[in-house]
Amino acid sequence: MTKPATAALTAPHHLSYTYKRSLGKVLSAFFTALRDRRFLGIRRANGSVLFPAKEYDPDTSESLSELVEVGPTGIVTTWVWVAQPRRQQPLAHPFAYALVKLDGADTPFLHVVDAGSESKMATGMRVRPRFCDVPKGAIDDFVFEPA
Amino acid sequence: MREVAVVGFTQSPSLRREPDRNEIEILIPVIEALRKQTGLSSKDFDFVCSGSSDYLAGQSFAFVSGLDAVGAWPPVCESHVEMDGAWALYEAWVKIQMGYADTALVYGFGKPSMGDLPLTMALQLDPYVMMPLWPDAISIAGLQARHCLDAGLMKPEDMAAAAVRDRGHAKSNPYAQVKGDYTVAQILAEPFLVNPLRRSDCAPISDGASAIVLAAGDRARKLCDRPAWIRGIDHICEPMDFGVRDLGRSRSTEIAAEKAGAGRDKIDVAELSAPFTHQEILVERALGLSAKTKVNPSGGALAGNPLMAVGLSRIGECATRIWSGEADRAVAHATSGPCLQQNLVCVLEGN
Repeated sequence: MTKPATAALTAPHHLSYTYKRSLGKVLSAFFTALRDRRFLGIRRANGSVLFPAKEYDPDTSESLSELVEVGPTGIVTTWVWVAQPRRQQPLAHPFAYALVKLDGADTPFLHVVDAGSESKMATGMRVRPRFCDVPKGAIDDFVFEPA
Repeated sequence: MREVAVVGFTQSPSLRREPDRNEIEILIPVIEALRKQTGLSSKDFDFVCSGSSDYLAGQSFAFVSGLDAVGAWPPVCESHVEMDGAWALYEAWVKIQMGYADTALVYGFGKPSMGDLPLTMALQLDPYVMMPLWPDAISIAGLQARHCLDAGLMKPEDMAAAAVRDRGHAKSNPYAQVKGDYTVAQILAEPFLVNPLRRSDCAPISDGASAIVLAAGDRARKLCDRPAWIRGIDHICEPMDFGVRDLGRSRSTEIAAEKAGAGRDKIDVAELSAPFTHQEILVERALGLSAKTKVNPSGGALAGNPLMAVGLSRIGECATRIWSGEADRAVAHATSGPCLQQNLVCVLEGN
């Protein structure tokens, strides 16, 4: 093969998802409230409150619309201790993933508890949210800590 | 209903890391061996269906290259599910029921060693309220395990005993990855990987592939002395939201088992695809298995876990035991999604 006369042409390539999606009316309200450090659940047909709010009932598929403010404190219903967090995970030091049932909600949801040490974790413990300085309206705007 | 049977099954060994072969190179000898076993060539398959995940390859439409193992010529009638091959088998079974095919080749393959599998699995979760927290698959399973332990549904000793049993059975399975003589005390002495789960509570990460041939009626009788007839097959999906699910039982397995008729008669052998020890216990209970059933004679998913093929292999492991006469009636299980979200139950009989 002969040597090319000029160096190979290069161009930058950034792999990205270049679309913006609307979250819809329920999730938009949910994340806008989160930006304001408030937690919105939604009432189900049986009167219980689902958190996080969703447009439909994940169990019965019924449409839901009545937003209900819950929390901000709650209890841990189950947890695991992540002794060696991965780079992508929310905290660089050991932490717990937990299901947390916010006060006023009937369903626990997945989140993070920054407890400092495993010995501070227990099923049934109370937790409160600790928000970042400038919430952007996302699920990782906050972590829980022992209340 | 048309009578449909499993008449061929081959698999690759489950390996923690296939150092040199890509997915297709893993698959080619598996399909080749299946052709030899059944005497069928590619043109004899009326339908081809595969199960794999592009997320493992990190490339969209990666599954298409799987067809290179089947042969692109003459043109084949084929389909693919982004699911375990057990669901590809379900699609093929439906195709045969509808009269569009009399024979089908089904395969599943995966090479999860190319990435960080527990983290890749986070991508199957809700994209808004779960996935941004990057909960790895072991943590997610651990939430369920602690729930079961806290609720008194099982003890750590029970979980360890599941691993001991499966690894013991796997000693006679040349394709298994984790095998040998262990004790409950030995496993309980292990440090936690993600408290409350120890390494031995988790299925290994395995590269591998498996394939099955289905045939209807007389075609099956010609191909196999004792076909493994599919007498019932069903799959049920629960919501992804953990908050509305009972994590202490597998409702979808219960319903699928009932619809497939698993409990209508004795079950000689059951092969379970539960990737964690506590989940294996939940599935055993959901299937209503008694001490008369030999559970996971191959070692099950805890002994070898080729993602996207592991469920299909459970059906194959049941079928081989029917062909040999070791079992008259067997139940195979496959699962998908976080915390046993979706489950498939397949009942196979020799008569």
